[in-house]
Amino acid sequence: MNMEVNLAGVTFQNPVMTASGTFGSGAEYSEFVDLNQLGAVVTKGVANVPWPGNPTPRIAETYGGMMNAVGLQNPGIDVFCERDIPFLKQYNTRIIVNVCGRSEKDYVEVVERLADEDVDMLEINVSCPNVKEGGIAFGQKPQALESITKAVKKVAKQPIIMKLSPNVTDITEMAKAAEAGGADCLSLINTLTGMKIDVYRRTFAIANKTGGLSGPAIKPVAVRMVYQVAQSVKLPIIGMGGILNAEDALEFILAGASAVAVGTGNFVNPTTTIDVLEGIKAYMMNYGVEDITQLIGAVK
Amino acid sequence: MSKKSRVMAVVDFHEPIASDVYSLYLKVGDMAGEAVPGQFVAVYCNEGSRLLPRPISICETFPEKGMIRLVYRVVGDGTEEMSKLHAGAELAVMGPLGNGYTLLDKKAILVAGGIGIPPMLELAKQLTCEKTIVLGYRDEVFLKEEFEQYGTVVVASEDGKNGVKGNVLDAIKAQQVTGEAIYSCGPTPMLRAIKEYGLSKGMITQISLEEKMACGIGACLACVCQSRDVDSHSHVHNKRICKDGPVFLAEEVEL
Repeated sequence: MNMEVNLAGVTFQNPVMTASGTFGSGAEYSEFVDLNQLGAVVTKGVANVPWPGNPTPRIAETYGGMMNAVGLQNPGIDVFCERDIPFLKQYNTRIIVNVCGRSEKDYVEVVERLADEDVDMLEINVSCPNVKEGGIAFGQKPQALESITKAVKKVAKQPIIMKLSPNVTDITEMAKAAEAGGADCLSLINTLTGMKIDVYRRTFAIANKTGGLSGPAIKPVAVRMVYQVAQSVKLPIIGMGGILNAEDALEFILAGASAVAVGTGNFVNPTTTIDVLEGIKAYMMNYGVEDITQLIGAVK
Repeated sequence: MSKKSRVMAVVDFHEPIASDVYSLYLKVGDMAGEAVPGQFVAVYCNEGSRLLPRPISICETFPEKGMIRLVYRVVGDGTEEMSKLHAGAELAVMGPLGNGYTLLDKKAILVAGGIGIPPMLELAKQLTCEKTIVLGYRDEVFLKEEFEQYGTVVVASEDGKNGVKGNVLDAIKAQQVTGEAIYSCGPTPMLRAIKEYGLSKGMITQISLEEKMACGIGACLACVCQSRDVDSHSHVHNKRICKDGPVFLAEEVEL
């Protein structure tokens, strides 16, 4: 049975990854998960310098979902390269580094710094709804997205994944803009901007007022967007949004994703990634699927 | 460091001990022997729409029986669901999480308020030195008799029906409680007052914080607090309550 998938020339032993921001750089989860079994670890967003993130409370649970406004707290690229990359290199898994910034210059600086590091792909976070500058500002206008994609491609030595925001009118316009800018791969969806109000305290549940909604509540939106994007561009897609089990993951794959990422599912159970992987294998066994790639985009 | 695990726990005994406060004995196996006073567990809901585990402090551990006791207050849908579990019911539990109290051989004052009281019980049991236990309640008293087995108990209540009328600090002053080390857990305004009091008296003051959590193991960075020193994770001033805490030295954190 073949579980291997290929994204922009990079092969992955299986299509199951972690979604950025939910798994750190894997160290904490390695107490529960054998990282060698994952297709890739997608790290939490890293910027050129340390970011302190947003005030607390940073999260709130919602029906079938959760909202977060962590605000991309991260140690900056220097610590990341010294500590997190060597940690991940101990494992037989691909490393995808999520890159965030407040300006084009920030993104370019991080991508340049990573050019000679031994990591497999870079995921450019132009879709974080929780920071005031940068982030989503680059991910909601096709021209801005195309321009930042070109800028990072110019300096990148690894294939570039552009992570798309669902907080747009037509996600296919954004996918086409990223493709036009030279992106090698797309990942979607990031969180949907939401709000929760605590009626007893008469205040916002999250200090940032708004947060990014994730979890099973957003899965149908995510599957629809993956399908639409798969129909409109030629780039490979990493699908995510509310994956808790193999059936969820298979929906994304059948809709056109070449790989899938588990995000909020890690909080529901630290071993969700492995459970998803085992479940996909069991499905393939049961339905006589020899090669995972036969399932990618199989539902037209 | 305690070895963490996620297990299907079985309810052994469950009863209300005050309005909206429940005492839950859970069979968790080896996890019981890993836990130290001040650590917590993440309790998952069986209802699938509630995704995130609830962080709940460990009230007591019984390693020989593979059992832990949680005493919690019903504050929302998740704890409401928990409160309905009968003996024999299963629920997923991950733990023990975080760092507990550092037990010192110094005359101790244990100070706790409201639902911060439960984790002090195992601490009171394990601290063998001379100690005074100061418990603050809004109104209804719970766990008081159990604490009396382990030391002198001083009670404060906001309505004045039990012990000193006022808060834990009022009780400490009224009863002239003295010690060299403070261990505390409770609402943030209480901890702020205890921090100031303890440090002004030159006492080693440990406080236990809480915050909304998601992963419970230090990966998601939801539950940070402002720290005096640069933190080990992000190299800013945001220690993770779930991983670096929940117990901190008072001077380490801004409240």
